Amino acid sequence: MTTTMTETMPDTDRIEKKVVLRAPRSRVWRAISDADQFGEWFRVKFDGTFAEGKSLRGKILHKGYEDAQMEIEIERIQPEKYFAYRWHPYAIDPKADYSKEPTTLVEFKLEDAKEGTTLTIIESGFDKVPLARRAEAFRMNDNGWTSQIKNIERYVSA
Amino acid sequence: MSRRSSAALNLADAAPVFAALGDPTRVKLVARLSADGPLSISRLSEGTGVTRQAITKHLRAMDKAGLVRASRHGREQIFELEPRRLEKARRYLDQVSTDWDNAINRLRSFVED
Repeated sequence: MTTTMTETMPDTDRIEKKVVLRAPRSRVWRAISDADQFGEWFRVKFDGTFAEGKSLRGKILHKGYEDAQMEIEIERIQPEKYFAYRWHPYAIDPKADYSKEPTTLVEFKLEDAKEGTTLTIIESGFDKVPLARRAEAFRMNDNGWTSQIKNIERYVSA
Repeated sequence: MSRRSSAALNLADAAPVFAALGDPTRVKLVARLSADGPLSISRLSEGTGVTRQAITKHLRAMDKAGLVRASRHGREQIFELEPRRLEKARRYLDQVSTDWDNAINRLRSFVED
């Protein structure tokens, strides 16, 4: 796989993914900016089309979560360049009211690449679930908790 | 979608942990407890430039969030880390990250012929 994924550390406000897709930019753009196509790969069925400022509901199509809905609010659409929406990143309980809870911002950025299209996906705002930033400093690896102390020290002294 | 399932529950659990860490002094306390094991309030206050009272207040908040555990040794109160809560908080973001990886793989199959 020619995937190159980068994740920034130890920033926990955002998750960033960068990949090169072997497809023309216009193709990738449609897959992201068209609600039906987005739904195909994201596995959600939206109740409308994407437009700036618009709120949509989506029925989650993953097995076992058929009752779950997601709500997104489209922030920005810049054709073939940029697409962004806000959502509640953990809103799956159909009975819960998430409207007052903080949202994260999901951004898709498209650029030309030699092999096709570079797509960057950034989800940010996790710190508003206060201070996820700190938690990332505690990333464990196979060596366990104590080995991470160096990361923590580096982080707190930065 | 695993993201809106397991991660959802994890975040509900993790939120108080993140909030409890919302302060550099607390992050330092966690680092200290992680390096040196269970410590008394006076030991934890040493070299922090923060008053003992303030340290105590931080520790209480962290205790409430399940980040540390307090126990009494004689007249002294000893605090130790409760790493399982931290682990849970960390796992949430890992889950979100994995879910994006999976979504990207599906997008790749969708756009690449």
